[in-house]
Amino acid sequence: MFDFESYHKAESVDEAIALLAQNPKSIPLAGGTDVLVRLHQHHQDYRHVVDIHGLKELKEISKNPNGVIRIGSGVTFTTLTEHPLITGNIPVLAQGASSVGGPQVRNVGTVGGNICNGAPSADSAAPLLILNATVVLKGTQGQREIPLHEFYQGPGKVDRMESEILTSIVIAPENYQCWFAKYHKYAMRDAMDIATIGCAGACNIEGGLVNQLRLAYTVAGPTPLRCWKTEQIAKGAKADESLLELVKSSVLKDLRPRDSWRASKDFRQHVIQTLAQRVLQAILNQCGEVKP
Amino acid sequence: MAVGKSVQRKDGVAKVTGKARYTDDFSMPGMRVAKYLRSPIAHGRVVRIDTTRAEKLPGVDGVFTFHDVPKNTFATAGHPFSLDPEHGDVADRLLLTDCARFQGDEVAVVVTRDDMTAHKALSLIEVEYENLKPLIRMQDVLAHDAPELHKRSRNLIKEHAYTVGGDYKKAIEESDHLIEGVFETQIVQHCHLENHSSYAYMDDMDRIVIVSSTQIPHIARRIVSEALNFPLSRIRVIKPHIGGGFGNKQDVILEPMVAFLTLKLGGIPIRLKLNREECMVGTRVRHPLHIQVKAGISQEGNLNVIDYDAVSNTGAYASHGHSIVSAAAAKTHYMYPRAIYRCRARTIYGNFPSAGAMRGYGSPQIIFAVESLMEDAARKLGIDSVDFRLKNAVKPGDINQIGKRPIVTAGLIECIEKGRDLIDWDKKRATLQTPQTGPVRKGLGIACFSYLSGTYPSCVEPASARLILNQDGSVNLLVGATEIGQGSDTVFAQMTAETLGTSYEKVHVVSNQDTDVTPFDSGAYASRQTYVTGQAVMRAASELKDKILAYAGVITGMNPGELDIDEGNIVIAKSRQTAVMSLKDLSMDAYYNKNRGGQITSEVSCKALTNAPSYGCTVVDLEIDIPMCKVKINEIYNIHDAGVIINPLTSEGQIHGGMAMGIGAALFEVLMVDPDSGRIYNNNMLDYKVPTIMDIPGLGSGFVQTHEPTHPYGSKSLGEPPVLTPAPAIRNAILDATGIAINELPMNPKTLFTHFKNAGLL
Ligand SMILES: Cc1cc2nc3c(=O)[nH]c(=O)nc-3n(C[C@H](O)[C@H](O)[C@H](O)COP(=O)(O)OP(=O)(O)OC[C@H]3O[C@@H](n4cnc5c(N)ncnc54)[C@H](O)[C@@H]3O)c2cc1C
Repeated sequence: MFDFESYHKAESVDEAIALLAQNPKSIPLAGGTDVLVRLHQHHQDYRHVVDIHGLKELKEISKNPNGVIRIGSGVTFTTLTEHPLITGNIPVLAQGASSVGGPQVRNVGTVGGNICNGAPSADSAAPLLILNATVVLKGTQGQREIPLHEFYQGPGKVDRMESEILTSIVIAPENYQCWFAKYHKYAMRDAMDIATIGCAGACNIEGGLVNQLRLAYTVAGPTPLRCWKTEQIAKGAKADESLLELVKSSVLKDLRPRDSWRASKDFRQHVIQTLAQRVLQAILNQCGEVKP
Repeated sequence: MAVGKSVQRKDGVAKVTGKARYTDDFSMPGMRVAKYLRSPIAHGRVVRIDTTRAEKLPGVDGVFTFHDVPKNTFATAGHPFSLDPEHGDVADRLLLTDCARFQGDEVAVVVTRDDMTAHKALSLIEVEYENLKPLIRMQDVLAHDAPELHKRSRNLIKEHAYTVGGDYKKAIEESDHLIEGVFETQIVQHCHLENHSSYAYMDDMDRIVIVSSTQIPHIARRIVSEALNFPLSRIRVIKPHIGGGFGNKQDVILEPMVAFLTLKLGGIPIRLKLNREECMVGTRVRHPLHIQVKAGISQEGNLNVIDYDAVSNTGAYASHGHSIVSAAAAKTHYMYPRAIYRCRARTIYGNFPSAGAMRGYGSPQIIFAVESLMEDAARKLGIDSVDFRLKNAVKPGDINQIGKRPIVTAGLIECIEKGRDLIDWDKKRATLQTPQTGPVRKGLGIACFSYLSGTYPSCVEPASARLILNQDGSVNLLVGATEIGQGSDTVFAQMTAETLGTSYEKVHVVSNQDTDVTPFDSGAYASRQTYVTGQAVMRAASELKDKILAYAGVITGMNPGELDIDEGNIVIAKSRQTAVMSLKDLSMDAYYNKNRGGQITSEVSCKALTNAPSYGCTVVDLEIDIPMCKVKINEIYNIHDAGVIINPLTSEGQIHGGMAMGIGAALFEVLMVDPDSGRIYNNNMLDYKVPTIMDIPGLGSGFVQTHEPTHPYGSKSLGEPPVLTPAPAIRNAILDATGIAINELPMNPKTLFTHFKNAGLL
């Protein structure tokens, strides 16, 4: 039994925005896999619900002639895992999506919910960060588009105004064409687990040198984080095993892993460094610059 | 012939189609829900409790606290009553407490019209606590100035010590090597799919009916009677289908409370069901043990002495208390019975959830220590791990040193050999270079166990079976033993069919126990039912058969001694193709002939006066990714000497389940308690890492079928044993791969990280 105070089923994004604006205490419910857990715990902030589950306008995945990929916020992890536009162009996001929970959660959980929930562990976050994704928000004040890394503001906190709905996530062609990428989720179990550390990396390599490196982590700070300093250092570095050492020695400077009962700080730091190497090795293997 | 065949489970179709009804599937008009108020602190006294606001909330039928419950303490462990007061369980529990002894202790209870109202009512109860120092670490519990969890207990429940098998000192002196180790095992939880749930009502003003997910309906009835000072004969306990128990329902947890509440509230039906978070703290857990082990060994590898000193922590309330460590210590002696054993064991209290029975009953902990030490010994002597165990393993005719009784069937040596061959031990051993280098290293491990098939002579072992011949020639079997998923109904039907000479399909097992109806049996625990209840079933079946044949004699005028039953027909024993009449015709005559007969039934109630050790081992081949701190099991086998296997398929299922549980305890699971505050961190399925299907490797099994003469079909225990050896086998394989001995559980990535780092591998 859930202790709802109010519940509205929105028939469209615009109606959802209007409903949210009417009641500042209300929150959107998409797949509900985060919201229902809170309701189960009788959480005070989750008692007014605007249901956007199943809205068609949020479920589309498209690629325009310029190569811009647009993913509706209501797309489920299962769809992300299987959709040819995702697996064919940005398989790293499919890797992230397929690592979520179990089949039931993937069938209902949405990428929009994953991002808006603001969890430092969100499995779609690290892949989307290295894809330089932007998020599109629509509210009573109109529509705006901001980079994902700016959308994240703190643990459980995102830059969403009360009336806003995240409508889609956008990935520009220059962020996936000519890139090799990989996501690795490190967890205590191989299913039904949140990441101890998640790591996504992408490399753009020219003539044996790193043109650009992108590296992002989950659970290595209050929000999912990009490794800006390390990315700078890696610019122009040799794309071989020396890169692994270079990144390993730098990556901790970009991150702030916590010491908690779930995992100690030194263990997380060790995993962060190990994953940097494993993810980069996998990327180098992919682009054939380094023989396995 | 039904015994030895992989017949389909009696309850299989009902369970997979969702037709099987569990406690929560029943409801009654006007049923109310009860919910506990649980203590937020691990240790403290309630100095003020005010329930007035909660009582005034609409939809609240009652709020009860410590002040309202009977003041007699009772014991909750699901043991049969002991006529010897010295052997009884510790009675340290009240229905509700004014002293919180673990985070989650039951301070008050509300009865309301629905869950939501219950939740709101709980939030309206005001409680003030006086904080006491939580005692979690062994040294804190046993400190001189430690506050007592229970008055006059000194925080110690019981201790005992003994030496058996010969002159300890001499054997130590004569040993060329003394090997020692200290081992720590963790708190794990059963995680059965169906949480604890019970409801109760009164169907007149005299009698309380309790429907409960319990392994022990008859024992529950007695304990409710003790807890409420209410006549036993006026309590009826019904057990529907059960979604697993693993020992956690061999304890009386909710039944006294629902009985109390319905009694207080005029007999209305009241349900008390725990959610997962409550179930993980408010029921029982496995005892964490601290074990010091020493072994004396000759240069040739003969094990002269095993000496262990174990401290078992039972948590907030005694529950099964000291029985756990003492049973486990005793059962382990059957493995290497030619050695001298010295044992010292203590059981203490601590401010965390009560530890009780859990599959293996202390043996997983003790065997983890002993079999790890055996590995260390083999390595020190440079003897192959398999050979070392073969040299010392039990042989038929060896004497168990505690009971001074000869061991009749013992297939441990064959189990070890079979395991060695299945995993290709010798060949793999020859190719593994030592020491290994590189990030990924491989290892082989083995561990052995011994166990018993019930609790005799420590406890009474009663069993009963009633058989009724139906009009259509089929039979109904009623037993007090409980099907809890392990498959006991199925094997009882097989035994009945075998002895009676009818087909398995013609035996219907009444699966739901009802203490008003089903005959007495103490229930599902100690891997006892196939062995103990099987004896009653066999005797009831042969009695029924005698009665049927006698009646056939009455009808036909033939000599019953020349008749037999074959596939549902009365046949001439010497020419079995000749059917004299069908069982159906015979039964119709018995039921309806105006001048003779009557319903043909048999009923046997007996006690097992024997016990039989069962044996086996786990062998494992694994690899470790050192930087990732992760173990990957390549191959793992459990080989069992459980006597004659009644049903190979369900036996294999039982082994797979036990191995998965053993792997969970080895590599994943721990209920985390903050040693300073007693806070429980992870009482949920996200943070308590019970392995998923993705985490469990392919599981292999094998049998060595001895024929146990004390059992009518030659069978021995198989329920608990599969869980006993995966952890030490895995520990030994990790040692093989890395040279690092991990003497604590679980060996999860966090533990491996610490050990690898300390050893300079990272
Ligand atoms: C058993 C289980 C396992 C899980 N495993 C994982 C895992 O492995 N990895 C992982 O990352 N997560 C996991 N999760 C968490 C959860 O499934 C994901 O975060 C999921 O993406 C949430 O999506 P949803 O559609 O269900 O969100 P909801 O629960 O509906 O919403 C989540 C939050 O986002 C807001 N929101 C949702 N959609 C929008 C929108 N379009 N615009 C604005 N705000 C919105 C909601 O108001 C709410 O605050 C698990 C959850 C469960 C129950």
